[in-house]
Amino acid sequence: MAESLVLAGIIFVVGTLGVIVRRNVIIMFLCIELQLNAVNLTFVAFSRYVGIEGQIFVFFVIAVAAAEAAVGLAIIISIFRHYETVNVDNFNLLKW
Amino acid sequence: MPQIGLFLMQVDGLVESTATWEPVLPWLIILLPLLGFFVNGTLALSAARKSADAVRAGGEFDFFENGRPRTHSLPTWVGPGVVFLAFLLTLVNFIGMLGADLHEPWIRSYWQWISTGELQVGAAIQLDQLSMIMMMIITGVGALIHVFSVGYMQDDPGYPRYFAYLNLFVFFMLVLVMGASYPVMFIGWEGVGLCSYLLIGFWFSDKANASAGKKAFIVNRIGDLGFLLAIFLLYVHFQRVDFAGVFVDTESVFEYGGTVVTIVTLFFLLAATGKSAQIPLYVWLPDAMAGPTPVSALIHAATMVTAGVYLVARSSVLFALAPLSSAVVAGVGVLTALFAATIALKQNDIKKVLAYSTISQLGYMFLGVGVGAYTAGIFHLMTHAFFKALLFLGAGAVIHSMHHALHHTKKDWDAQDMRNMGGLKAYMPYTWITMWLGTVAIAGIWPFAGFFSKDEIIWMTGAMAGAEQAPYATLYTVYWILALAAAMLTAFYMTRLMVMTFHGENRTGSREAEHLHEAPRTMWIPLVVLALLSVFGGWINVSTDLRESVLGGFGFLPMGEWLHHWLEPVTEAAHLIQETNLGEVAEVAPLFGGVEWVWGLISFVAALGVVLATLRLLGGRKVTVVVDDPEPTGFARILYNKWYVDEFYHRWVVGPVVTTSRVLWRVVDTKIIDGTVNMAGNAARALGWVVSLFQTGQVNTYAFVLTLGVLVILSMVVF
Repeated sequence: MAESLVLAGIIFVVGTLGVIVRRNVIIMFLCIELQLNAVNLTFVAFSRYVGIEGQIFVFFVIAVAAAEAAVGLAIIISIFRHYETVNVDNFNLLKW
Repeated sequence: MPQIGLFLMQVDGLVESTATWEPVLPWLIILLPLLGFFVNGTLALSAARKSADAVRAGGEFDFFENGRPRTHSLPTWVGPGVVFLAFLLTLVNFIGMLGADLHEPWIRSYWQWISTGELQVGAAIQLDQLSMIMMMIITGVGALIHVFSVGYMQDDPGYPRYFAYLNLFVFFMLVLVMGASYPVMFIGWEGVGLCSYLLIGFWFSDKANASAGKKAFIVNRIGDLGFLLAIFLLYVHFQRVDFAGVFVDTESVFEYGGTVVTIVTLFFLLAATGKSAQIPLYVWLPDAMAGPTPVSALIHAATMVTAGVYLVARSSVLFALAPLSSAVVAGVGVLTALFAATIALKQNDIKKVLAYSTISQLGYMFLGVGVGAYTAGIFHLMTHAFFKALLFLGAGAVIHSMHHALHHTKKDWDAQDMRNMGGLKAYMPYTWITMWLGTVAIAGIWPFAGFFSKDEIIWMTGAMAGAEQAPYATLYTVYWILALAAAMLTAFYMTRLMVMTFHGENRTGSREAEHLHEAPRTMWIPLVVLALLSVFGGWINVSTDLRESVLGGFGFLPMGEWLHHWLEPVTEAAHLIQETNLGEVAEVAPLFGGVEWVWGLISFVAALGVVLATLRLLGGRKVTVVVDDPEPTGFARILYNKWYVDEFYHRWVVGPVVTTSRVLWRVVDTKIIDGTVNMAGNAARALGWVVSLFQTGQVNTYAFVLTLGVLVILSMVVF
């Protein structure tokens, strides 16, 4: 239990830092997946004591993440076609 | 105490009479001039469109290029026609009323106009002896002046517009005198003010004329405020504002000399000073001479300016209950009469002399109604309408002729300045004779109209001073002396006008003089009719005392004091109040003794003396034309500059108002109010700018801040 939670925590922190620090959209995207899966791991770990609901939740998350990945990748591709780069520093038009 | 309105009963919020007499189509009298307005107005609009199209196409439009267009020939018939028809209809009703022996007003409400809570005001008209006299004057003199206008305005491009305004004026004036309640009267009151404004500024392309119209309008607004406040006060105390309803209850609601009735009547007086050009609001009338001369005759001499006198006479019950207000009315009147007369002494513009003369004569009317001689006031109103309309129309004929003569040789002299005239009697005999008749009438020469009406006012003033319990006896004695003095001035300035205009050498210039001519027939026929009225008009109300004296001579006339008896149903309530509270008025003069006919004789002889002396004195004096005439010096200079009243008002009334407005605009409005609003806007904008710095568009930053936020919240939950 404790080991799984520590592992999940490490993965989540790595994912979070990745999103904050990295500039490559693909990498940032992967880091978000890391965060999601760290949460999934936590759910599964807890379901052992709490009940089956945690595992059901994980399936939901996986399904939604799949949809999110499809939409996200589509957006990234279209942005890439426009800018010919995947560096987020260049994607700063969406402000005042 | 018998009250008026014993025969009145109340029907849905309005007192309706049970009079047996039924007038013939009274509403048509009002509607005929309105119809004329619509017809002439339509013609004026179509004429205006034609000329506007031409101007837009880059040319000038000459209406008379291909003969007279229909827009400029129809008003000749429509304009005077509707007023003449209205006069005939009024005459029919007048004759009907003569035979009816009517003791209470005939009132008819056509529809409910204002209906809010307790206040019910009907669109109602009221016919009684007073409104009948006013209607006769308005439609009768009005019709004559309309006919005169045909000749005077014929060549003006704005001919249809002129008649539209003039008809509209007659409509509103009839509403004013026929209205059965103060609000309906107020509609007419404002309407005639509007028409006055439109007609003063008739030739609006000249800025001075437009300004004169504006001045008249604004000065009148001050008075109208008084009218409104008086109506509000009446409503507060009576819950109704129709004449019959208010006058029935007046004596039970107001006590004699009470504060409220004094305030109400003083507000009415303020309104009257505006409309009737009395001190302190008279300044607009001389400037109103910028309008066409027939307009001056109709609006600014015969009818509209007498509305204030009508208002006081109509509210005679209220004024009789307020001795202080009555004394103020009389005081304002006599001061105005004297003051305006002094200014008229040194004016050189023929219309300005007549304007100040009008103000002066209106002062007499106020003196009359102020001393409780309501009949005398209305009597002078009537005779004044005759002779002043005559004098103004005569002046119009003179100006018309002068204008043509000067126009012929393109001489840029002032066609209205008497210094440029002289010797016109050789060229315009009809105008000369008729104007002399008007002059002797206004000067108070027996047996012309003005003598009888003015004498009655002056006499009643003196009699008031000797009333048994009169509160302001000394004051009335002073009024009496001032009124006599003003009468002498009247005789002088009118004779001066006649001498400078018609007598002596002609100063217009030899080439111009060839083109001086008598006015066309449409212009001198009204002059003759008005001259006849000026001669005989005064005979309808010769007082008994005069009739039985050497001044009588009219013993054969069956109508001694006719107007007095005629107006009795309207004025008797006020007279009863006066008799109860003042006692009998004296039958002798306040100073030196003497009865009415003696003083009548004295004032007649004095006036005649002044006229003859002026004729001798000024007849021999050489007048210099305007261009060579230096400005007078000494006291004459003060009179010439009208006592500097306009300058005084400009400095002490207009100036402070303008300064205050400028402060309110520059400081309060732009700085404080606009400043506050702008500051609120700027603050929001600044805040927005600061906060927008956080919105970088960088996803990483957002993620970082988000995480930070989550950590903060989490730490708050955990610890």
